[in-house]
Amino acid sequence: MSDVIDRPLQGDEKPTATRLRIIDCDVHPSLHSFDDLNEFLPKRWQRHLKEYGSHLRTPYLFTTPYPRSSPLIARRDAWPPTGGPPGSDLAFMRKQHLDPLDVEFGILQVLDLFIFSQQNLEFGAAIQRAINDWQLAFWSHRDPRLKASILVGQDGTDLAVAEIDRCARSGEYIQINVSPRANEPLGRRRYWPIYERAQELDLPLGIHVGGYGGHAPTGGGWPSYYVEEHQSNAHTIAAQLASLVIEGVPERFPRLKIVFIEGGFGWIPSAVWRMDQHFERFRSEVPHLKRKPSEYVREHFWFTTQPIDEPDEARHLRALMEWVGIDRLLFSSDYPHWDFDDPRFAFKTPLSEAERQKIFNANARAVYKF
Amino acid sequence: MARHIVARTSEIPVGGNKVFDIAGRDIVVFHVNGEFFALLNRCPHEGAPLEKAACVARLTSPEPGIYQRSRVGEMLRCPWHGWEFDMRNGQSWFDPKRIKIRSYPVAVGSGEELQKGPYVAETFPVRVEDSYVIVEV
Repeated sequence: MSDVIDRPLQGDEKPTATRLRIIDCDVHPSLHSFDDLNEFLPKRWQRHLKEYGSHLRTPYLFTTPYPRSSPLIARRDAWPPTGGPPGSDLAFMRKQHLDPLDVEFGILQVLDLFIFSQQNLEFGAAIQRAINDWQLAFWSHRDPRLKASILVGQDGTDLAVAEIDRCARSGEYIQINVSPRANEPLGRRRYWPIYERAQELDLPLGIHVGGYGGHAPTGGGWPSYYVEEHQSNAHTIAAQLASLVIEGVPERFPRLKIVFIEGGFGWIPSAVWRMDQHFERFRSEVPHLKRKPSEYVREHFWFTTQPIDEPDEARHLRALMEWVGIDRLLFSSDYPHWDFDDPRFAFKTPLSEAERQKIFNANARAVYKF
Repeated sequence: MARHIVARTSEIPVGGNKVFDIAGRDIVVFHVNGEFFALLNRCPHEGAPLEKAACVARLTSPEPGIYQRSRVGEMLRCPWHGWEFDMRNGQSWFDPKRIKIRSYPVAVGSGEELQKGPYVAETFPVRVEDSYVIVEV
């Protein structure tokens, strides 16, 4: 039995999923070139960028350890006709993504310049400041649908807190982004000043997968293939979820909201079951935890949907979503990257109108206070 | 099925494609090494436009480190998630039992034949020295 799609959509006909305005929690803008940053980057750091460039914990400047499926990991149809890399042309992003999919808000996630992994912390902080300003000037101020995040490198914690305070004064940023690949697991105390500030400012903490730190991306070492590395996004954030919960971050910061972005959600039920089981057996080791790990997860953490899991049977996806919690899921497309999810077709399981409303809009509206 | 004359053969370069609205459907016609293939311009997975797909070869590997290419240009790699399809029949090559793209019969006819037949599009500028791509939908 073949699933043949026989009839294309006609004219302005829309499937039911898009009658709902969408909040897309993962849209990737790109720099046209480093020169875009010049107006936001002091001369001293412009020179540094030209003369020394990035200093990372992994080898190979301006590239990644594996070829990643397609150039700039982008959809082949997302290269703007005017030139420049995918995601660098607002007019084309509107035409290809924001308008046709009826995106009410799109949350920008910047990956340029390995922003979180710069070893020179002052240079990293200068780049983060420049990128944070660029997000407003090039994107949010030109299209109010697009919302910026405060990007900080958490290993320079004091610099990160200063940048959070600088940006928060504008009132324009909707979350604070840190990397899942810091020097230490994210639950460690050295990062707590950032979480404390996030709680005070009532800004969610966004953690987008990817990048390279000094550690192998899997617990078993460095993968051989991109397909293997791509799997590791889920392992990495599963480890970070455990670290944040078990080191007591939600216990210590009871109003902190944390969003894991682009890690999918298939791995969550077993990770949570296991944490609960171990908590019952070893709770004397972690007396600072007052409640079961699953309770912290259910109250403090949200997960974006892409890349969505595609089990053979629709009911398995349905069951998975129920285990994770319909109210924990935030729609994301990952535009313009190759594993983009189209909101009209990505959920290959029936959802009620109320559930669609939550996943595509209301959950994000509540977390980010749109 | 009706026959639709869609283009002169020279309008679709080798290795290229062109999209036509045929009977209300977006159909993409590929030109591969002198042959033409017509497919619905929509990946059955999430609807990506196949006109932007890469035309690739079939890649097989009898053992690690040994790779063999065959049917160069006849396999279609979706521009989003990389699902691969056989252009000849729309069959998927990653889950062939379940997924395929709707494909349509394609023929090439000379302008002269078309003038004689019943399906000449009246508004179509027929030049008898050219060949035409005809899609059945």
